[in-house]
Order: sequence, then C-alpha cells, then structure tokens
Amino acid sequence: MLQIALWKRITILLTCVIGLWLAMPNIFYTTVERHNDAIQAIELGAATPENLAQRAEWPEWMPSGLVNLGLDLRGGAHLLAEVKVSDVYASRMEAYWPEIRDALRPERATIGTIRLQPSPSDEVHVRISQPEGMPRALEIVRGLAQPIQTLTGIGTNDIEVRAEGDLLIVTLSEAEKLASDERTVLQSLEIIRRRIDEVGTREPTIQRQGSDRILIQVPGIGSAAELKEIIGTTAQLTFNPVVSRGSDANAAPGIGNELVPSLDEAGVFYTIESAPVVTGEELVDAQPAFDQNGRPAVNFRFNTSGARKFGDYTAENIGSPFAIVLDDEVVSAPTIQSHIPGGSGIITGQFTVEESTNLAVLLRAGALPAGLEFLEERTIGPELGQDSIDAGKIATVVAFVAVLVFMLLSYGLFGVFANVALIVNIGLIFGLLSVIGGTLTLPGIAGIVLTVGMAVDANVLIFERIREELKTSKGPARAIELGYEKALSAILDANITTFITAVILFAMGSGPVRGFAITLGLGIMTSVFTAIFVTRLLIIIWFERKRPKKIEV
Amino acid sequence: MRLRLVKQNTKFDFFKRWKLWLGISGLMMVVAFTSFMLQGLNFGIDFRGGTTIRTESPMPVDIGVYRDAIAQLELGDVSITEVFDPTFGPEQNVAMIRIQAQDGEEAVSVNVITQVEAVLKTVRPNITFVSVESVGPKVSGELIQTAIIAVVLAIGAVLVYIWLRFEWQFAAGAVLALVHDVILTIGIFSELQIRFDLAIIAALLTIVGYSLNDTVVVFDRVRENLRKYKKRPLDEVLNISINETLSRTFMTSVTTLLALISLFVLGGDVIRGFVFAMIWGVIVGTYSSIFVASAALLYLGVKRDWSKPDANAGNQYANIDA
Repeated sequence: MLQIALWKRITILLTCVIGLWLAMPNIFYTTVERHNDAIQAIELGAATPENLAQRAEWPEWMPSGLVNLGLDLRGGAHLLAEVKVSDVYASRMEAYWPEIRDALRPERATIGTIRLQPSPSDEVHVRISQPEGMPRALEIVRGLAQPIQTLTGIGTNDIEVRAEGDLLIVTLSEAEKLASDERTVLQSLEIIRRRIDEVGTREPTIQRQGSDRILIQVPGIGSAAELKEIIGTTAQLTFNPVVSRGSDANAAPGIGNELVPSLDEAGVFYTIESAPVVTGEELVDAQPAFDQNGRPAVNFRFNTSGARKFGDYTAENIGSPFAIVLDDEVVSAPTIQSHIPGGSGIITGQFTVEESTNLAVLLRAGALPAGLEFLEERTIGPELGQDSIDAGKIATVVAFVAVLVFMLLSYGLFGVFANVALIVNIGLIFGLLSVIGGTLTLPGIAGIVLTVGMAVDANVLIFERIREELKTSKGPARAIELGYEKALSAILDANITTFITAVILFAMGSGPVRGFAITLGLGIMTSVFTAIFVTRLLIIIWFERKRPKKIEV
Repeated sequence: MRLRLVKQNTKFDFFKRWKLWLGISGLMMVVAFTSFMLQGLNFGIDFRGGTTIRTESPMPVDIGVYRDAIAQLELGDVSITEVFDPTFGPEQNVAMIRIQAQDGEEAVSVNVITQVEAVLKTVRPNITFVSVESVGPKVSGELIQTAIIAVVLAIGAVLVYIWLRFEWQFAAGAVLALVHDVILTIGIFSELQIRFDLAIIAALLTIVGYSLNDTVVVFDRVRENLRKYKKRPLDEVLNISINETLSRTFMTSVTTLLALISLFVLGGDVIRGFVFAMIWGVIVGTYSSIFVASAALLYLGVKRDWSKPDANAGNQYANIDA
C-alpha cells in the first residue's frame, strides 16, 4: 500500500542533500565571493599573503558556486551596441585601390591612363582612357579577386567587377559582404572583450545578440558613459601620406584623398591620401611613454610586415610629412627625417598622462573595425541595487513566514510537512541557480516569491484530495495514496502549462525578464519534485512510525 | 481547530446566472479595451524610447524647480514624478525624470544625459543619479514586437497543450479566460496610467500561467466528474466540480496573494508595478477560471461519454485528438 522503495527514498534524500549543499555558499555570500576572487588572483600570479588568507577563509572541499547577482541588484552598466558593419566596406574598397592601380599600370599600352573616379563609399570607380582595352582591364582586376569559403557560396569571389562604358566598377560581392559582417562583429566582440579585461572589472557579460548587436554588462562600473568611453572609441590608427596642409575646412581634397582636421591645432586641416601606408592593426605593442621634452607620448612597435611597409615608405619619402591619424583626426604630422627601419616609433601630441595611457591601452587592444551605435544604455547605482536586495530580502522572508504560518494553521501536521518541503524547495532553487551559474535579478526575486506562493499549490491539491477521500471513509493509508494518485494529473497539467510560459519568456525575453523566467522555471521543477516526492516521503515515514487509525488533514 | 477558508461541502450554484456572468465579463473586456483605445498605455522607455533618470537628494523634491531647470535644455516632453515608498529613509527624496527620445537620434545621446545631470546639480548640489536608463527608438520598436509575439505564442502554446490533453471546447474556454485576463490587465494599466514596461510583459505572461493553472485544475476535475456522473446535466457537473475544487482554489490564491502582498508593500518601488500586475492577475485569473472558462465550456457544450476511447471516431476532430 503506502510504500516507497528504499532506493527511491535514498535518491530523494540525496537529491535534497546535494541541492542544499550546493546552495550553502550563498548563505556566506561575501566570504565565498572573496574566496573566489582570491583564487582567481592567485592563478594570475598575485599570491600575496592577503589573497592567500582570503582563499583560506572558505574551505576548499566546500562548493563555491554562487548565484550571480544581476545588474539591477549589484549596480553597474548595461549597453546594447549595434556594430555598423557597412563601415568596413568603405575601408576595404579604399585598400583595393592601390592594388588595382599597381595591377593595371603595366598594361597602360592597352588600356591607356587610369584615373580614380568619385564613387559611393562601398565601390571603386576607375576610368580608363582607352575603352577598347576594357576586356583586358576586367580580366586583370578580376584576377585580383580572392575566392571566399562559405557554406553556401563555394566558388564565389570577394569582389565583383563590371564595366560601364569606360568606367570600371569594383564592388564587394553579397557573399563577401555577409562574410565581412560576420568577421566585423566577431572582431568587435573580441576587441571589446579585451578592452574591458584591460580595465579589469569582475564578471563582465559580453554577448552577441542577433546578427550585428553586442550586449555588454559590466557590474560595479560607475556609469554607462564611463563604459562607453572604454569601448566606444574606435581607436582607428592609420599612417597616411600627407598631400598638403591648410586652414580651409571646405577645401576640395581631390579624388583618393581626404581632408581631416588636426587634433590639437584648431583650424588646421590636412589633406591626406585615403589609403594608409600602415594601419594600427599591424601594431604589436603600444606603451605610454614620454618624448624627449618630457611630455606624455605613446611608444609603438609594428609587426614584421608593418615594419617593412613603414621602413620602405620612410626610406622613399625622406623630407616629406606623413600623418598619424587617430579616428579621423591628425594627431601629429611629423616630417620624415630618416629611414626608420626598426618598425617602432613614438606618437607625440598634447596628451595628458591619462590620455596617453588610455590611448596605449586602446592601441594595444586593437582598433574596432567599425563604429558602434548605442541603442540602449542603463546605469544602475550600487546604492539602488543594495536597496533592492534589502527590500527583496525582507519581502521574501515575510512572504515565506506568512505562507508557513498559513499552511500550519490550515493543515496542521500535514502543513508542517508542506513547510519542510517549501524550505527544501527554496534551497533547491538556489542550489540549481548556483550550479548553472544563473543570474538573480529583481524580477527573479519576484519569481521566487511567486514560487513560494505557488509551490504550496501542489501540496494543497494533494491535501484537499486526501480530505475528500477521507470523507468517503476509506482507511487513512488508502486516502493518502488516492490523494496523491488523483491529484497527480492536475498537478502535472497545471505545472506544465506554467512551465511552457516560463520557457517562452526565457526564449523571448532579455535581461531582467529572462532572470524572472529562470527562477520561475526552476521553481516549477523543484516545487513539483518536492510536492510529489519530498512531502510524500515525509508523510510515509511519519505514517510508518505512528500507524494512526485516524488522520486529520 | 483548522483554519478553513471555505466551508466543507459547499453547494454554491455558480451557473444559475451564467449568461449574466459571461455578459459581465464581456462588458468588462469592452470597458478595458475602450479605456486602452482612448487613453492608451503609459508606456515606459522600453517601449517608446527615451531616457529615465532616477534622482536622489537629501533635500525635498520640488518638481517645479526641476522642471524649470530642465526646460532650458529644450528636450521636448519631460515628465517628472516624485516617488514615495515606505522603505525610504528621511534623507531619501526620490524623483523619476523621463525625457522623450530626441528627434533624429537613433543612438542614445550622452550629451542629453550629462546636460540634464549638470542643470540638476545647479539647483540641488548634492543630488545623485542612482539609475539612468536610455533606450533608442529602434530597440523599443523591436521590444514591443517581441513582447506581443511572446504573449501570443504563450497563449497559442497553451491552447495546443490543453487541446491535446482535453478537448477543443476546454482549450477554447481556457484561452477565452486568458484573453479575458490579459485584456483586463492591460485595461487597468491604461485606466490607472501605471507605467507599462518590459517587466509588465513578464507579469502578463505569469498571469497567463497562473490563470491557466487554476483553469486546468478545475477542468481536470470536470473531466473526472464527467466520467463519474454520466447522466447529470453539464451545468450540474460543472457546479459540482467547481465546488469540490473551491477550497483548493481559495487556498492557493490566498497563499500566492500573501506572498505577493508582502512583496508589494515591502519590495520597494522598483518592482511595485510588476507586483501590482501579478496581484491583479491572481484575482482576475481566479475569477475567470470559474466565470469565464467554465461558463464558456457550458456554452460550447462538451462530449459526454468519456468511457469509450473511440467515442469521437466520427467527428471532425478524430484525427487531431491525442
């Protein structure tokens, strides 16, 4: 009759014990957090006595997984950025022009002179003076195309070349655009991650969202504006040949050139060649330093190919100026004094020490391949987070106590069983959250409170059913058994439907809503488990000992 | 002596005036919908873009002074409300400032935020900005879309599940009850002009889940009793089922409400709107599982013979029924 096999009993008990064991670190949150931080620091080589002492504060053999606190509880900044993937097309095409020029030059006999024409930013237009030579020109330029490997576009090339009269038009192929977008986003993701790591904050979340968006959440940072300063700067460093220097903001730069303002000197504009000699991508190192006059500056070093290009260019152009351009502003435009073979140099400008340090960090982490547009930003102050935690704690405790008392009053001893199950239930939720590294948000706390209210539902269903069965004057053992049996379908149906909505919330929601869906979903699973198995086990153990002739539910 | 919310063996007749109840429910839905059409929802920045700044200052909030300070920036529609909460200390004077999305700006502008912060600092030197949130119009448009899809998907998924587990009439009744709850919740948010943001969508979906929970428990019992009392008329069977589950319905509603009310009073103002939606949902959901879902079932009628597995072999749903 009223029996559970021994192995089932052990499994149920073990599940509860393991769950509660895993939940335990959360009771000693700050200690465990210090312990975990210390371990991380020691792994990175900072084995200071202080770190070692903090590590020892929490025993090694205890679990140390914690529930992450969401931004709304801990405070910090949240940004949703869109990568402007099409930015890259322009610079790709710009870089193609010297290549096209160099490839066509030897064929001047058949195609005549070549001239770069104004064009949309993602195309290159080249005019040739002998249109008869166009087939040859097309052939040569098509020869420059690189095949790209994608799942769908096997055999497609990165550029498409066509002719319109005497105009040769080079564009990126659709497949290449897709591939380029993908690369741009992944690269941006990586660079943002590196930049944030350089600043060294705890547990940042940097995630891709959709095709071209990046979600960045950094706990503990002062404001979203601060975060933007770190990641929002493109830090696009290029070294371009200087054509001329002037003070006219509207001067026509000429085709293939562009006009950029000076960073320090107001009203000064440089006309530079758009195609850079070397870009910041070829930098291997950048360090804050001081120039010979003791002003803050940044030392940099190129990789081998960058060093060769830079060396060759400086050797050929001694006496002419070249511009160091950072994010479309000329930082400085020194004149090349001599051949610079080593591939290292110094950027001077009117920097403060802080600016030079920041610039070095940005250069080291690499330039963002494309601009970022911020679609969403949120800053939550740590005080507000703490207030929310405090309020949430009090509310949860009060809700908990109210439900416990209410259940006790309504169901007596059976209410006590349900209450034990409820406490185990909360423990299991926290245990599971710690294991999966879930994040607790403010709506998440609401989800737990709601679970407290709803978790008793399954028990209520069972107890009410037992009451009904008792009325038909079967024996108590039979009534309990029937109660569980008949209530099961209602419990399952009711919880599965709620679980469906939790899953949809999780899939569709973001941020705090997702946190709510996680606690709600986990809460449903644990509450079904505790109601069906834990209270049943408790009741059966009690029943075996007492063998009551009559029970009151 | 046990606490009993509902007497044993109640015999309320819930369906004496079931057409009246359906009518009242329908009327309430119309009222809620009209309010929504006339007033619209007080959308938070999640759904219409813009910036909210939460300020805290030891000096009392003076909305007029704040407004004058911000007006010089010409930022368009600016709303300022003072926030009261029993959990605040005497030195905590909190205000919420909401600024509309600036024309022609997709991205969130740092400028606007720093300007507002600067002018407020001039009138209240030790003001702090405990939270600043900005959402661009592009994202907010998408958020609305996702939210609507989420609610529709949830209702659809549930419809399918109940259909598989019960009969289509049950599914129709349950979904009608859900639509009723969602519309009434949206209605009260538009009537009271409570801020409607992303968290409220989560609340709406929870209401869907909760109301369903209730409806399914009643339906489960109806199914059982249909097998037990084959000869009784449907309204009697429904009445018996609801009376039998009444005690449970109240117990669960009360425990859930106990938990929610403690969160409403003590949980701080940040989630109060969210908790309010849930409290309302629990009440409306409990009502609807009896007076909308079951009444709809009575209206639609239902297959009576559950003993033979092939009873519906001849009807049009024979192939779909699980």
